[in-house]
Order: sequence, then structure tokens, then C-alpha cells
Amino acid sequence: MNLDFERIMPSLPFILEGIPMTLQVVAAAALLGFVLGTILSLLKISRIKPLNWLADFYTSIFRGTPLVLQLMLIYFGSPQVFGVQIEAYTAAFLSFGLNSAAYISEIIRGGILAVDKGQQEAALALGVPYRSMMTNIILPQALKNILPALMNEFISLTKESAVVTVIGLSDIMRRSYIVGGETYKFFEPILFAGLIYYVMVMILTLIGKAIERRMRRSD
Amino acid sequence: MIKIDNLHKSFGKLEVLKGINTAIKDGEVVAIIGPSGSGKSTFLRCLNLLERPTMGQIWIGDSEVTDNKTNIMKVRENVGMVFQHFHLFPHKTVLGNLTYAPMKVKGLSKAEAESQGRELLKKVGLSDKENEYPNRLSGGQKQRVAIARALAMNPEVMLFDEPTSALDPEMVKEVLEVMKSLAHTGMTMAIVTHEMGFAREVADRVLFLDGGNLLENTAPEEFFTNPKSQRARDFLEKVL
Repeated sequence: MNLDFERIMPSLPFILEGIPMTLQVVAAAALLGFVLGTILSLLKISRIKPLNWLADFYTSIFRGTPLVLQLMLIYFGSPQVFGVQIEAYTAAFLSFGLNSAAYISEIIRGGILAVDKGQQEAALALGVPYRSMMTNIILPQALKNILPALMNEFISLTKESAVVTVIGLSDIMRRSYIVGGETYKFFEPILFAGLIYYVMVMILTLIGKAIERRMRRSD
Repeated sequence: MIKIDNLHKSFGKLEVLKGINTAIKDGEVVAIIGPSGSGKSTFLRCLNLLERPTMGQIWIGDSEVTDNKTNIMKVRENVGMVFQHFHLFPHKTVLGNLTYAPMKVKGLSKAEAESQGRELLKKVGLSDKENEYPNRLSGGQKQRVAIARALAMNPEVMLFDEPTSALDPEMVKEVLEVMKSLAHTGMTMAIVTHEMGFAREVADRVLFLDGGNLLENTAPEEFFTNPKSQRARDFLEKVL
């Protein structure tokens, strides 16, 4: 095996410049996915049946079709649906965020159901309103239990963000592919991109562990 | 004053309460006794609407809690409850458990809530534990914190649902002591319990439930020495 990193050396900064784009997409999508996922999970445990159906339907759509298809529908469909071509970045974080919300809603729903029913009764018996009970008592405990699953979701989001290549967003993946085309060497730049993704995921893992340690203080 | 009129409760086909009529006067301590499955916990949980009665009416003070128009959250502020399994908030410190509801529900400032919380911790003998998390406490300590948490809302009525049943034997006394001193302050209390000695000593009245019916409603001495119903005599024979 002959690896020739020398040829692509001048292009490495170009690939590295894709990191902010990847991070922006992932961060925006994670935020959207988490907020929307939390709302969906609350709809799913609601006693109002139509809200359950709505949230279940949403989940079935976004879990039932490929992510790359959703991305392309949003990006290429926007002129027909909204009358304007939305930016590749917007299409990317929207599709990832909306897709992620479907998975996160299931994770959070499981977390809420796993919290002892007595917690809800104790809060109710103290006269605490539903909204405060959820945000201050139930969700914090649920989040603690589902943190590993949630980190999994964010990690896979980070890696899956590489599919934005198909709509031409110049993230890490796209840039390494461009470098491959320019230098006629694809193996090295893509190997380099792999290293970047790995390091990012490692950092995410460490952050997750730090948060988990913090949350385990009360044990 | 709590007034209970023809209280029925069913879970599906299972009829747990079959028409309970009684009243609890202000400052009265009532022990609710009976075999398991007799409906005593359900009865207690109906009083603050943790269970919705199938039929019948309950008044606490001037408000009819079974009326759909009554703001049940407001009623619950006035009715403290202590559970068999404590249900302390595990992610909050002991003091955090005591200050949360007063701040959130009654709008107390943090300083007010904390000084009141410390006062209550002193009363239940746990001043040194305010910064601990519940998981670090013994069962008896947890239950004393749970009592203090309920008292922090300044309730007019306290409900106890088998407060000592989940405790190791050597921790029962410390909890009963706290409840006894609470009874002496004139608090209105309804206590579901298996502690017959405690009921006899502290309660003003005993309610004996069996199969969803209120069979005895009498002074403790009368109940323990001369129960009217055969069912109560059988029960006492087994537990005493």
C-alpha cells in the first residue's frame, strides 16, 4: 500500500475549513431535534388521543423514509412548495433536525415512562402545575436516564451529516471529495476526513461523559 | 373540616369503595385501619383527588373538591400528603425538596423558602442534612424529609399513606415521633397505618374499613377493646 499524503498536503486546510459547516449543521439540527423531540414526546404521552396520533404519524413518516431522501425532498422540493429555493444549509439542518426529532421523541418518551409514577403524584399532591412538574421534576430525571441514548443520537447525527454532500454543501465530506477530484487521489483525503469525524465523535463522547458525571451527583 | 358523603370508587369492574360517609373535624387525628385491599389507601387518595371518585362528594373546608369547577390544584396546596415510598425528588437536595413547591406554587422568594425549610428541618431533626441528596439518607430520614416537604406548603390537612410501612423496624419510631408532635400542634391528620399502638395512642378516632365499607367509626379505646363488628374482632385478633 502506498499512501501519498504529500500530494494532498496543500489541500488539508481546505478540508479542515469544512469543520465549521459540519458543526453548524449538526448543532442546529441537534437543537431543533431536541426541542421538537421533547414536544413530540409530550404529545405522545398526552391523554388527548388526536395529539398521540399526530405525533405517532410524524414519527412514522420520518422514521419510515431514508434521511437522504428527506434531505433531497426538502432541498429540491422547496421551489415547488414554497416558491423559493432555500439554501443548502437550511435544507440540511431542517431535514436532519426534523428526522432526529422523530428518534429523540421516542427516546424521551421512554425516559419519561421510566420515571417512578410516585414523582408525579408527589408533585401533584404539592399543588405543582403540570407544566412545572414536567420541566422541573419529570424531564430532568428522564434526561439523566436517557443521556447515553441521546449521545448516541447526536453522534450518529454528526456522522450522518456527511450526506449533505448530495446537495452540494461544502462540509468536510464534500471538500475531501473535491480534493480527491483535483489531485486524482481519493484515498488519502477521504481517510483524512474519516480522521476528522473520528476526532469530533471522540470529543462528543467525552462531553457526554462529563455531563453524565455531573448528573450522577445525586446518586 | 373534611366531609365525605357517599364516596364510591371503582377501578373498572372492581368496586373498591362502596359508599363511605364520615367527617373529619379541624384538628382531629383519624387513623384509618383495615386489612390490605380494604380500600383505605384509595379512600385517602380520593381526599386530594389523586384518585377521582366514581360517585359521591368530598368537601375540604368550604370547597367541594369533587366539583369539576373547583380548582383542585388550589385545594392540594392546602392538603399535604406523605407516601409510603417517600417520593422525594432525587435530583434535588433535601433543602431543594423543601423549597421547590413553596417557591413554584406559592411564589415565596428563595430566601423565604430556605429559611422556612431550615426551620422545618430543625423540627424533624435533620438540620445537618440540608445539602444531602435523598439517596444518601436512611428510610426514616427520607420520610421525615417528606413530612417536612409537605409541611412547607403550610397545609391545613395532612394525609399519611402508610408512612412507616416501607421502613426498617428501628426507623419506625423516629417517624412516628415526628407525627406525634405534629398531632400535638393541632394539625388535622388522616393516617392510613398498621401501627396499632400509634393509632391507639395518638388518634382521636379510628375508621375501620373492610371490603370498601366503613365498618367502625369510633374512639380508639372503644375500637381496640370493644369493636362492634365481627370483622374488626377477627382483624384485631390477628394483628394484636
